Parts: sequence; C-alpha cells; structure tokens
Amino acid sequence: MPDPLLSLSALDAHYGDFQALYGVDMTLMQGEVLAIIGANGAGKTTLMRSISGLSQNAPNQITYINQPIGALRADQVAGLGIALVPEGRQLFPSLSVEENLLIGERMGRKGPWSLQAVFDLFPILEERRAVASTSLSGGQQQMVAIGRALMANPDLILFDEISLGLAPVIIKSIYDALPGIVGSGMSAMIVEQDISKALSVSDRLYCLQEGRVALEGASQGVSREAISAAYFGVGS
Amino acid sequence: MRVTRASNAARIAAVLGLIGLVVLALGPYWAGRADMRLMSEIFLYLALASLWNLMAGYAGLVSVGQQAFVGFGGYMLFALTIFGGLSPVVAIGGAAVLGALIAVPVAVLIFRLRGAYFAIGTWVMAEVFRLTFAQVSSLGGGSGSSLPVNIVRSMANGRAAREALSYWLALGIAVVVIAAVYLFLRSRQGLALTAIRDNELAAGSLGIDIWRTKFVVYIVTAGLTSMVGALIFLQKLRISPDAAFSVNDWTAFVIFIVVIGGIGTLEGPIIGTLIFFALRETLADLGSVYLLILGAVAIVIMLKAPKGVWGLIRARYDLELFPLSYRVHTDKKEG
Amino acid sequence: MDWVNAVVQGTLLGGLYALFAAGLSLIFGIMRLVNIAHGDLIVLGSYLGLVVVTATGMHPLVALIVAVPVMAVLGYVLQRGILNQTLGDDLLPPLLVTFGLSVIIQNALLEGFTADPQKMNAGAIETASVSVGGLQLGVLPLLTFAIAVGVIAALQWMFYNTALGRAFRAVSDNQEIAQLMGLNRRHVFGLAMGLALAVTAIAGIFLGIRTSFDPAAGAGRLIYGFEAVIIGGLGNLWGTLAGGVILGVSQTLGAKIDPGYQILAGHIAFLVVLAVRPQGLFPRVSG
Repeated sequence: MPDPLLSLSALDAHYGDFQALYGVDMTLMQGEVLAIIGANGAGKTTLMRSISGLSQNAPNQITYINQPIGALRADQVAGLGIALVPEGRQLFPSLSVEENLLIGERMGRKGPWSLQAVFDLFPILEERRAVASTSLSGGQQQMVAIGRALMANPDLILFDEISLGLAPVIIKSIYDALPGIVGSGMSAMIVEQDISKALSVSDRLYCLQEGRVALEGASQGVSREAISAAYFGVGS
Repeated sequence: MRVTRASNAARIAAVLGLIGLVVLALGPYWAGRADMRLMSEIFLYLALASLWNLMAGYAGLVSVGQQAFVGFGGYMLFALTIFGGLSPVVAIGGAAVLGALIAVPVAVLIFRLRGAYFAIGTWVMAEVFRLTFAQVSSLGGGSGSSLPVNIVRSMANGRAAREALSYWLALGIAVVVIAAVYLFLRSRQGLALTAIRDNELAAGSLGIDIWRTKFVVYIVTAGLTSMVGALIFLQKLRISPDAAFSVNDWTAFVIFIVVIGGIGTLEGPIIGTLIFFALRETLADLGSVYLLILGAVAIVIMLKAPKGVWGLIRARYDLELFPLSYRVHTDKKEG
Repeated sequence: MDWVNAVVQGTLLGGLYALFAAGLSLIFGIMRLVNIAHGDLIVLGSYLGLVVVTATGMHPLVALIVAVPVMAVLGYVLQRGILNQTLGDDLLPPLLVTFGLSVIIQNALLEGFTADPQKMNAGAIETASVSVGGLQLGVLPLLTFAIAVGVIAALQWMFYNTALGRAFRAVSDNQEIAQLMGLNRRHVFGLAMGLALAVTAIAGIFLGIRTSFDPAAGAGRLIYGFEAVIIGGLGNLWGTLAGGVILGVSQTLGAKIDPGYQILAGHIAFLVVLAVRPQGLFPRVSG
C-alpha cells in the first residue's frame, strides 16, 4: 500500500480554552475525495483550521507527503500545495473578482488552473471580473472562493461547508462542477452538513462526533443507520 | 466558603503603609532640604503616574497629552495668584476646578478620535495649549515669567516653613490621588470601568454607559492633573510654555513609570516611580543615554512582561496590596 | 495679491506635509498601526541625508539614492524585529512601543549630533524662483509639491495595480485568509513599513533642505502628518494630500495675520474639521 498523501495521527486541537479534537486519526490517499460529516460543534471546522495551518499543532500530528506539517504557519502549508475554501466564502472585500482570483495564484505552483480555466468552469465570473467581490450573490461569491483556491494549483483542496446559506439550485450547480475539479487527480476533503451531497461526491467518509472519529468507511458502503448513529451519538 | 477582598498581605501593607505615611509626614523634621525636594518630586510624579494609569490602564484612554493639564494648572496658579490675588494654596484648588472645566470641551472634541488617534489628538491639544499660552503676554509670552516674591512670601513665614508646606502639599496630593483612584475603582463606576477594560462589548450590553464613564474619568483626571501641575510650578517658582507643556517631562516619564511598574494595577505606579527615581539618581549623569536606556527598558517590558515589574511579582507571589479583586476562600483555616 | 500669495505658498507647503503624512496613512491603512515614532523617523531621514552629504559631498537630492533604500531596509527590520510583536487587538503595546522608539531615536540623535540645529545645503535651487502670474514661486517648494504628488500617485498606482498592492489590501482586509493564500503577514507588514520609511526618507530630505532641524523636531512633524491624515479622511491617499494642503494654507494664512499664529492656525483648522466632520473631508468609501 502506498504512503498516504495526508495523515493525521492522534490529533488534539483546542479552540481557545476548549478542546475541540481528541486523538483524531485520519488518512487520505493521493487522488482520494474524503467527506467529513458531523453535527455542529463536532470539530469539523477546527479540523480544517488545523490542517491548513490556521491553528498550530504538534509537528508530527499532521504529516503531508511524509513531512511533518502540524506546526507550520498557514502560508507555509499553502506553499506545500494545500488550499482551503473557507467557511462563509471570506472573499477580500477591497479586491475585485479578478483580483480575488489572482491573489490565489501567488504561490506560483504549476498546474492546469489559471484565470482562464476558472472562467471556463464558472463563466459568470468572467462577465463580472471587474466588479467588487462584495457585489456578487452568495453563489457567485462561493464560485470565486473555489476559484481562488484552485488558482494555487493545489494537490489537496479542502472545502469547508460550501453549501451553507446557498439556494438548492446554486448548491447543485456547484456540486456539478466538483467532478471537473477533482477529476484531474486533485485530492479533496469536503466538510459538509448535507450528508447525501457529501456522499455523492466522495470515496470515503469520516464522521466526527464531539471531537472524535465516530465512523469511517467507504461512502457507498455505509448504511444510513450507521451514519445516524455516529452523527447523533445514539446507540454508541 | 467565604468571599473577601482583603488578604493578609493587604492588611500588613495597610499597616506598613500607614506607618510609612506618618514617617513621611514628619519629613520636614528629619530630612534635609535636598532630600525633601527629591521626595516632593517623587510624590508629584507618583500622583501623575497614578492618574495616567487610571486613564490608560483602566479606562483605555491612552493620552500622550497630559502635559496640557500640567501646564494649564501651572499657568492657572500664576494667573490666579498674580491677577486674582488668591493665596497659592487656594489657587491650587482653583487650578483643579478650571482644569476640569477646560477638559470638557477638549474631551467633546477628541473623544471623536479612536484608539491611537485619540492619543495623538491629545498631543495636538497640548500643543494648542502651549502655543496659546505663548501668546499671552501678561504671563510672559514665549519666555515665561516668575512667581512674584510677595506671593511666594505670602505662603508662610520663612523659607523653612514654606518648604515644609510645599512638601506637605506634594505628599498630600499623592495621597489624595491614590486614595481617589482606589475609591473610584471600588465604586460602581469603577467596577464599570474594569468591566469595560475586560470586555467593551459585554459591558455595553450590560447597559453600562461607556462614553459617559470614560468622559467622567477624563474630566476628573484632568482636574487632578492640573492640581499637580499647579504644585509642580509652585515648587519651581518659574513657568514658561516649553517647560509647562513638555511632553518628555510630564508624559514620557510618566508613561515609562507606569509601564515599568505595571499598567492596570494600583501598585504599578508606586513601584514604577521608585524604580524610575532610583534609575535617575544613579544614571542621570549619562544624560541622553539615560533616556535611551529608559526607552529600551520600556519597550522590552512592554513586549516581554506587559504587566510590568508588579505583574511579575504578583504572578509569583499572588500579592495584592490594594484589595480590589474579590478572593474566594474554600479553606476555612485561611484568613 | 498678498493673500493669494499666502494661499499659493501654503498649498506648496502642504506638499511637504503630505509627504510627512503619506507613510503614516499607508501603515495605518495596511496594519492599523499608528506609529508615534513617525516624526522622529522623518528627522532620522534628515540626519541620514546630512551624513551622506557630509561624507560624500553629494547634492542632498542625490543623497536620496542612498537614504531611501537605507530607510526602507530599516523599516523592514524594525517591523519584523519589534513592531510585529505588538500587533493584535490590544491597543497599548503598539502605542507604547512606538512611543519608546520615539524617545530612543530622539536621544540617540542627541547623543550623535548634539542639540544644535542642522541644515542641508542644496545650493542655488534653494533661492531660485520662477515668476508665475505676478507671484514669485520658489523652485524648491514647487519641486517638493511635485514630488509629493508623484509619491502619492505612485503609491496609489502600486496599491491598485500591482501584486504587492493586492497583497497589502488582502492582508488589510483579512489577515487569516491572506495567510491561506500563502501571504506571510509578517513579511507583508515588513514590506509595508519598508515602503513607508522609504517615503519618510524623501520627506526627511526635503524637510532638511527647506528648514533647519534638530533631534527634537520629530514631534511637530508627527503632528502635522497626523493632522493631514485626519483632515483628509482615513485611508484615502489623495485625501491626505488635500489635508496637507489645507493644513499648509491655514498656517500661511495664520502667519499672515500674526507670525505667532502660524502653527496655531493649522491646529485650529484641524480642530474645526474634527468638530464639523470627524470622519475627515474625503473618507474612503467603506467597503
């Protein structure tokens, strides 16, 4: 079995004084798409913050291509090819749509993604490239946030709650675009409240409950009952 | 389980403090003339430092323009005695009242500035004061003036009595200021201030009027600072715009005292004043190098030990000489 | 005609004040830092120019070639070495640390150069003037104003048209998300301070040619710069230029009434703006 792209071993993480993750173990293989599900407060966002370097951990708790990255800063993690699409889009309000995309390009990594490739994926953005990012609709902002992460040509892309607060038709169009993104061999981790959406695009899933892994398995193999049990903590 | 404010250390400190105060009050009977001058200066700086600490450490009003009120108080002493015919001791009280009054329009204007911009705004105000007094030719304009001899003589009979009086005034104002700050912080408004410092948002949602509380602190501090200023220039007997509104003498040194001693604690300014004068008495010969060292020490303390020397002591021994915070005792044997 | 002359001279003086203010405005805009030592850094720039001129015999304006990069490097080092440690939600550390820095710079200059006023000699350009519509305009004030316009135009262009400007705006908007884009905010802040001190060096040299300076001259420069920023409106560089001009014109008009009122008139203009329009005359549209 080849080495995993990313692995977490006994990851503990704190959010202020509050411990949010307890000894989480997780692996992600090259080209794999993982779904991370769990109720509010299960530790999903803390997990994203830990991997992306927004919060610091012990070096060996997170390894990426056999390299300890747990203690690196976010800009260093980004340089290694991990990009995060943060919860709530978080575009830069004083940058135009195009500038928001261009800032993602800063790492100078080679790959298929460019301004034109993002525009081909989300044509509406090309039309609105010069406007302030704050004047876009929520769905369009989410497209910019995804495009901004892609511009770095990452090997691993993390999606944090990309459907939150969006209309179902928009969510559908964004999820329809996902295969085009991960199909090229990019690995992904998708944090999602909408379980069926998460299962439909992922290879495997982890379910977090109160900071611990309550369930893991192939996305197509796990039963609804097992997920409910892990999700709500009943019967465990 | 009991909740108390005073600890044993605070009680011991109170007793020792009282004894110390009596010894200091008897100063004119045991100290030489030079020592009394130095001690007066220490008391006055202690008062300025405690006031600045109340503003910056508790009310979050960081001013680099308190020299406005030191100088204003000094000039009011001169004006009230020379033109108003008041005795110097009455004029000191008058300076305090006028200082508080002039602070009202000043506060209305500069409270429009936030944070660091507020700080520089206070400095602009001090400059406006300096330039304005430099235009008042009856008080000597830009070159300043001296307190007339007959006014100085009217204070008390003989030089020794005058020096004793101004020593007692300096000691008195230090005690008054520290007591006022202490009692204020224990009052409802003072508790509100601490709440604001700890969390402005929460304090606002509790219905504490932040603006009004800060405003009151600013006005009261300005009045007391003017009073200290009047005393400072009663000791110097000479005033000029540059000396009266000196940012170095009346603000920079004061900030260093508070930062080194420990900002946001009542004990900090006391410790800071002692350290400041100890350093000054040993290093003052170095001139500007001394100030250079002082600036560097303040930066290092701000970065490495932001609670100052008192914060270090307190973290180590859990001491509090002025009982402000409540303590919870679960052990019944402990007092 | 005297009054027209005062207004024109004041406008040109405003160019110098805008140079004082531009660095202050820049670092506040990017990292919300108000640098109390800014005026002392301007004066440090003047002394740096003086040292270069004395050592090499260069013309003061040529000395910019040395002073600008030296101050830029100093700014980067200062930010990464000290000031980055003070950034956060608490207002006190940056304020008190830059205040300490101000005292250090002032006294180091005093130790190195004594309290005697110094001046840089720029030769014939200092007294040269051109006649425009009956007014005698000094070449040096005209040049200072032109440089101020040029500096502000260049900063504006950099801010809105380059990758560095994009990085500045992104970090200013949201430090965390900017880190995710691979921007190390400590480095970006270092670059911002470097750039601010490069402008400061220009301000310092023009100050040192125009008037005499001494180690204590920093406080006044900080205050003028600060007033220009507030009058113009926070975060607006062209507004800062307008603020400098308003300050300069107020001063020359005040001096026209009575030489003793020159500086006071500037402060009063500032206080009037603060009373009437506390957000400044041209605040940046909040976004």
